[in-house]
Amino acid sequence: MVKRLAKCVREFKKPAILTLIFIVGESIIETLIPFITADLVNRIKNGVAMNEVVKTGGLLAIMAVISLICGAIAAATCAKASAGFARNLRHDIFRKIQSYTFENIDKFSSSSLVTRMTTDVSNVQMSFMMIIRTAIRSPLMLIFSIIMAYVMGGALATAFVIVVPVLAFGLIMISRKAMPAFRRVFKKYDTLNESIEENVRGMRVVKGFSRENYEKQKFENAAEDIRKDFTKAERIVALNTPLMQICLYFNMVFVLFVGSKMTVESMGQTVDVGQISAMLTYGMQILMSLMMLSMIYVMITMSSESMKRICEVLEEEPALTNPKNPVTNVPDGSIDFCDVSFKYSKHAEKYALFDIDLHIDSGMTVGIIGGTGSSKSTLVQLIPRLYDVTQGSVKVGGIDVRNYDIESLRSSVAMVLQKNLLFSGTIKENLRWGNAEATDEEIIEACKLAQADEFVMSFPDGYDTKIEQGGTNVSGGQKQRLCIARALLKKPKILILDDSTSAVDTKTDAMIRKGFASYIPETTKIIIAQRISSVQDADMIIVMDNGKISDIGKHDELLKSSEIYREVYQQQTNGGDDNE
Amino acid sequence: MNKQKSFNPPKGGMAPGGRPMSKKGTLKRILKMLISFYPVLVPVTACCILFSAAASAMPSIFTQKIIEVIEKCYQSGDWAAAKEEILPKIILLIVMYSFSIIAITTQTQLMAYITQGFLSKMRCSMFNGMQTLPIRYFDTNKHGDIMSHYTNDIDTLRQLISQALPSLLQSSVIVLCVLSIMIYYSIPMTLLLLCGVSLMLVVSKKVGGGSAKYFIRQQKSLGKAEGYIQEIMNGQKVVKVFCHEDECKADFDEINNALYEDSRRAHAYANILGPVIMNIGNILYVLIAMIGGVYLISGLPNFSLSGMAFGISILVPFLNMTKQFTGNVNQFSQQINAIVMGLAGADRILSLMDEESEADEGYVTLVNAEIDSNGNIAETNERTGKWAWKHPHGDGTTTYTPLAGDVRMVEVDFAYEEGKDVLHDISVYAEPGQKIAFVGATGAGKTTITNLINRFYDIADGKIRYDGININKIKKSDLRRSLGIVLQETNLFTGTVMENIRYGRLDASEEECIEAARLAGADDFIRRLPNGYNTELSNNGANLSQGQRQLIAIARAAVADPPVMILDEATSSIDTRTEAIVQKGMDKLMEGRTVFVIAHRLSTVMNSDVIMVLDHGRIIERGNHNDLIAQKGTYYQLYTGAFELE
Repeated sequence: MVKRLAKCVREFKKPAILTLIFIVGESIIETLIPFITADLVNRIKNGVAMNEVVKTGGLLAIMAVISLICGAIAAATCAKASAGFARNLRHDIFRKIQSYTFENIDKFSSSSLVTRMTTDVSNVQMSFMMIIRTAIRSPLMLIFSIIMAYVMGGALATAFVIVVPVLAFGLIMISRKAMPAFRRVFKKYDTLNESIEENVRGMRVVKGFSRENYEKQKFENAAEDIRKDFTKAERIVALNTPLMQICLYFNMVFVLFVGSKMTVESMGQTVDVGQISAMLTYGMQILMSLMMLSMIYVMITMSSESMKRICEVLEEEPALTNPKNPVTNVPDGSIDFCDVSFKYSKHAEKYALFDIDLHIDSGMTVGIIGGTGSSKSTLVQLIPRLYDVTQGSVKVGGIDVRNYDIESLRSSVAMVLQKNLLFSGTIKENLRWGNAEATDEEIIEACKLAQADEFVMSFPDGYDTKIEQGGTNVSGGQKQRLCIARALLKKPKILILDDSTSAVDTKTDAMIRKGFASYIPETTKIIIAQRISSVQDADMIIVMDNGKISDIGKHDELLKSSEIYREVYQQQTNGGDDNE
Repeated sequence: MNKQKSFNPPKGGMAPGGRPMSKKGTLKRILKMLISFYPVLVPVTACCILFSAAASAMPSIFTQKIIEVIEKCYQSGDWAAAKEEILPKIILLIVMYSFSIIAITTQTQLMAYITQGFLSKMRCSMFNGMQTLPIRYFDTNKHGDIMSHYTNDIDTLRQLISQALPSLLQSSVIVLCVLSIMIYYSIPMTLLLLCGVSLMLVVSKKVGGGSAKYFIRQQKSLGKAEGYIQEIMNGQKVVKVFCHEDECKADFDEINNALYEDSRRAHAYANILGPVIMNIGNILYVLIAMIGGVYLISGLPNFSLSGMAFGISILVPFLNMTKQFTGNVNQFSQQINAIVMGLAGADRILSLMDEESEADEGYVTLVNAEIDSNGNIAETNERTGKWAWKHPHGDGTTTYTPLAGDVRMVEVDFAYEEGKDVLHDISVYAEPGQKIAFVGATGAGKTTITNLINRFYDIADGKIRYDGININKIKKSDLRRSLGIVLQETNLFTGTVMENIRYGRLDASEEECIEAARLAGADDFIRRLPNGYNTELSNNGANLSQGQRQLIAIARAAVADPPVMILDEATSSIDTRTEAIVQKGMDKLMEGRTVFVIAHRLSTVMNSDVIMVLDHGRIIERGNHNDLIAQKGTYYQLYTGAFELE
């Protein structure tokens, strides 16, 4: 896991390594400074000549400046490395997701992908920064300080033999106990936030049913539950400080008492006063580094959940791959389904499509009709190879779709999805998704064909009108027509409309279809609709039921042969013109 | 449907210049709340902090004293004599340390308790406050922004309460202790030190301020990146269908790089602060040593509280104290970021709490009633299935009106934003049991009318009466209890299907819930779910289809059994074939109730008693299906498909 993420450091290896180097420099000086300070104090005390004092003072000042420079450089490189690492992570995740197929996309919810790219990456960034700042520094300081303590303190350093293991053991115990507690709490915390979100979203329901007090009570219970768990976890971690203090104080008392005894008894021979002071300083540093190490341990374990979630995205393999020698030219718009069966997941019990055999000639207009859950959309999604068939094969222009270069196939097969979206940007920018090089004339032509030109021109900014996120400033019918225009700009050999005119009135709908017939006669047109009127003129109407083709034929034939078709037709004509 | 109108600027404590803006009283208010929640524990904790801080400031003096003793007598080699002098000092030290440890243990444990308790209380009062806010607040604020109060802002507040403030208190106590000892020793040297320290403060303010500025910029870039990611992730399938991956990658790279740049700056500033302050401290130390040395040699007179002459016995502890002093200034400066961010977060939390609650001056309440054969109404506490409005009057008398479901709107005008009227002169008379339909384009004001009946919004002009009572006099919760709503955008809650249906009436029995589901035509598919009625729903019922969710929402309204129902595009996601099947149940559900129906599909509204065609906030046609067809107006055009509804 760590290895996979470490790959994303790339060009920021250099600043990361620089950070380590400069931090080593800073740490060395930092450990030397107390040594020189002690010397300085001694010199002043012993009343040596002023110029000697100035010399040592000057040395100390220079060291401080060097340490400052090292520290500053390390700060900058460290920020660069960690921010860069985060950037690369986001970059890689985003790219990976772009390589996903529909099957992969179905696996992750879009909100979970957003969290992974924001919160989780930030967590990893923070721990990465902590690691490069302290992973070398703390052990280094620990080792330096222990060496210096032995060099300077001699026998007095035995204090650490007692203190360090006690502290290390205590810190490990605390982290071990705290970690699972925190993990539990964070899970509960997520659930709590989800329920808040539910409330924010569903406030009309809450208020509509006067359930404010009920919700308050529910929330209070959940919040109280979390408070208890959170307090428990935090109280375990809070033991760190007293433990640290005990060790520190023990060390001080030990050094002072034993030190003074040794000094006095040996008349300053084995131990002298300067050593006592130095021991106090180093003792502090040793314990501090241990504390830092335990903090790193905690941080890494805490962010491991985030790391795991990021890796899940990075390690998900795209379910479809381009063939070795791909066909890049789609000869025509004919479509064949040969004994096709399909299920969304290997483990699913039920086939979404079963035993589909179908031939569609190039240039035909095909209508598909069927109830919710009859797999109409599933059927057409196999054509641009958004999913791969489980059994059998789908051919476009007589060639198995799996032999095509995916991009070439999809630019010949335009599909207007049921859940369609416009993106923030101008109308023109949105339309150019279909063809980046489309001229203004081509755009207008496509919009005229999709019956969109008229309303676009009615906007003050015309084709430069900004679409807001989610396309909230155009109506449902307008959005659908823009999406159709966007698909038309691809100049596809096959055009698939998956329930794409549901919010368009019957007259406009008819005009769109008429336009198709006269302007793009060679394009194969597949129209999924709820309205019989949208499909009744088609060359071929497919009636889907429960993942199977129940009937195929023209309108008049189906009225006689298909019970479902007749039922829908009667329902819609008797119930007035279905108008959504 | 939500009307996403933005008359309020987006929330977030940002002044135009991008600088963090926290109102002056924020810290004071937060502290006040903290103390009012824990009137005993907070002062106790503060005392512990003070004590442990003082205790950790003192020992340096003790150790110095002990070292002095050693220095004095080590040449004698007489441990017994030295011991006499040292031992009491060491014992005193141990005693002090013990107290300090007790204080620090208490403090950290209490702190953990208080922080979590405080955050939990803040969360609850935010949530409780939020429940009282008018719908307008939710229509005008982005949901993501509201959510971030509970996540990001609470996190920064946690930092502020649990780390920044105690650390600030502790550092200031130590600084004050050390400062007074310094003054005790020597005033001129103290002044010198203070000069150096003010330089440190200036630097830390500059660097810390820069870091805070970039952190806030980072937050903004992060928001932008989040927005982009969200948009693309939602439309990922569209991206794939158009093979638009490369363009998205390029766009994302740009946003990602901007975020990197801000993040790098923010962290660079934050990281740099530590070494800078620490090394200024080191240089200051050297300076004090030098100047002290010169001072020592020059033999200038000393000014101090102790009156001691400046000597080596003053300079050495003074140097130690310099270290302690600067160390604490460093501690202090490390917290600047947390404080700036924490206060900005606290500000946003407080502003959510300060939002004005939905006003409710209603005093007419809905009570269970017993109606005898003479039509006399008596109030009871038991559920009788009959309801009455209890109307207390100014003269002390109380009248009861049976709940019937008669809704009248008379010449109602309404505007979401002043000056932009959404409804003009709307009059609707719905008698008990009638089905009233609204037809019209998006934005014509259909949903707005229903928003007014249940008082999600209040009318600007005109009258709305419910069973003859002005709805402004009816307590909002009781008014809404008498109205069942089913919205186009279905919101289900985490929990089982059964719990979701029971949401309509909390004391409904299982049988009643199942009956309601059967009425709504939902029973069939619910039974086919893996655990039937006990199937857990999560993420707004993500595992159900849109149509199935609508059916559950209808069952939820049915179990509430209200005399008036509002169906706002309630069956829009159910295909026509299923709708025909559900229709029977729906008709039964509507039987004997006053129903307001909004639908695009004319088949849904055709059998209404009255159909109102709305256009730009005005009723342009009214009548039943046959009347309107005969009029050959807009409805007729809609019916024949010549006109488009959007």
